[in-house]
Amino acid sequence: MLSRKWTAALVALTSAGLVAGAAWAGPGVKYGSPVSEADVAALDIDIRTSDGAGLPPGKGSVAEGAKIYAEQCVDCHGEKAGGGSVYGPMVGGVGSFLTDKRKVTPGSMYPYAPILFDYMKRAMPMTAPQSLSDNEVYALSAYILNLNGLVKDDAVMDAKSLAAVEMPNKNGFVVDNRPDTKAERCMSDCKPIKE
Amino acid sequence: MGRRKDELEKSKSSSVIQPVEEGRRSFLKGSVMLAGAAAAGGSAGLAGAAQAEPLPIPESNKSMGREIEPTAYGMPSKYEAHVTRNRTDVFKNKQHWSDWSMTPLQHQKGIITPNGLFYERHHAGTPDINPQQHTLVVHGMVKQPLKFSMDDLMRYPSMSKFYFMECSGNGLTDWKAVKSTTVQQTHGLLGCAQWTGVPLSWLLDEAGLADGAKWVLLEGADGSAHLRSIPIEKCMDDAMIVWGMNGEMLRPENGYPLRAFIPGWEGNVSVKWLRRIKVGDKPWNARSETARYTDPMPEGKWRQFSFVMECKSVITSPSGGMKIPGPGRVEIEGFAWSGNGTIKAVDVTFDGGKTWREAKLEDPVLDKCLTRFRYSWDWDGGPAKIASRAVDSTGYVQPTVADIDKSRAIVGFVQHHNGIFPWSVSSSGEVANAIA
Repeated sequence: MLSRKWTAALVALTSAGLVAGAAWAGPGVKYGSPVSEADVAALDIDIRTSDGAGLPPGKGSVAEGAKIYAEQCVDCHGEKAGGGSVYGPMVGGVGSFLTDKRKVTPGSMYPYAPILFDYMKRAMPMTAPQSLSDNEVYALSAYILNLNGLVKDDAVMDAKSLAAVEMPNKNGFVVDNRPDTKAERCMSDCKPIKE
Repeated sequence: MGRRKDELEKSKSSSVIQPVEEGRRSFLKGSVMLAGAAAAGGSAGLAGAAQAEPLPIPESNKSMGREIEPTAYGMPSKYEAHVTRNRTDVFKNKQHWSDWSMTPLQHQKGIITPNGLFYERHHAGTPDINPQQHTLVVHGMVKQPLKFSMDDLMRYPSMSKFYFMECSGNGLTDWKAVKSTTVQQTHGLLGCAQWTGVPLSWLLDEAGLADGAKWVLLEGADGSAHLRSIPIEKCMDDAMIVWGMNGEMLRPENGYPLRAFIPGWEGNVSVKWLRRIKVGDKPWNARSETARYTDPMPEGKWRQFSFVMECKSVITSPSGGMKIPGPGRVEIEGFAWSGNGTIKAVDVTFDGGKTWREAKLEDPVLDKCLTRFRYSWDWDGGPAKIASRAVDSTGYVQPTVADIDKSRAIVGFVQHHNGIFPWSVSSSGEVANAIA
């Protein structure tokens, strides 16, 4: 939907001659050096979280995750991900989005479980990002999911099982529908800013 | 120094608009406001005093100044030391790596935000990257994956563009309750600069987009390896890869040596310390585009990929924490901007929105850029509620919070606040946040 909307907007703008990019002719020179995908493998850490594309080999269990969590995560995130010295809870919140106190946690918010892997692999622990092995990240993913009641106590996460976890907020997102206001340029006898 | 102190004292005692919390240090701004007030005959005091006392020769006329240093990076006057970027102090974080600091908009002259005052938002602190060791990779759904050194990139014919940048979270503390005092706190996740670099489309064209390429991942070389998915249409339109900012290389906190710049869109998509561009056919749905940077919507939903920073404006003088000296002429000024185009008009109100008058726009008025507006207001000394309302080139009119509340769910940590922002003026001239 987004791309249809963009395409339509682009067609409209292009026909009006307003697209800056359209005026940007190529530079007439090429300065990039060819590389192979193998050359960039160490940098290629992204996971397409909707289907798990990019998840590496390896696996980890809930029990293993609990052990790693106690060593690497608990100081900031608290016991059983209940919230710690620096960050709030990473458990609970399912159902809270229908109240005026939305509790955003991986369990309540992430539409796809591989987000856990992608984020922890690239950014955690904060003091030493990209230091966890793939097996450790799978184990921590299993542990956080288990604390949220989304996988069983004996679950083992790998590329296939992690992508298969059904997340409660899978259908919780809508595309950008703005402009979603229709304010008018009233100049006199207008409704005050605050009623 | 004694003389300068006297001048400061005189300025303090005279009746000029002053940020209350900054006291006499704002004397330069105050003297500008005073000239208007005196000319309008609205303010007694200094005009009479100045005539009663002959002006002395400034001390600076009677001595040699500082000599030129052999090499130096020039710094602002010591009398401007109060003009600083301030870490968020309304919504306080418990650590300062994934945190933000805010631009002192009330002190900004013209439309360009100086690099040392440009707001910051990082997810894992500011890295120090050696440009000689920095490499940008373009790969994924391309015909030929490529890498670029900084030297490679800076060989291209560059272009320089003026654009604003605003964090999607700008204003999130002040939707329905008064939390902030100053415009730095309410609107300071905003800046405007001249950005120098090349179109992102050049690099994508050089690598050659494969059939079916629809989305592009931008990834940083910081400790969070921050990433966002960007639709290919925007990448091939006006998106840039930039290394220059206001005439110099990017500051470390703004992405040195290389960042993306996505005009008109929320700041976090302009990924800093850019190290990798990957082309794909679907968005990645990273944490930063699902659990963060999404908007709460009715029925428990969340709006995703809400990139554009819609048309918005705010009065920066007088603004929260300032004081108007007394009835008479008050020069209203502020900023308007739109991620969807140029500013067409700005209206101002002094009665809380019942009546509006068109303000004057100051040149230049540029696409996706801060635009200055001003209006000479004759304040009668009564309580007032002042605000601005911008209209952009698409015809979109800046809404009120009440308008926005009809279509979104304003609960919790809410992004994309472009609501009309009122300041109250008391009969004693004190200006305060009046969002609620």
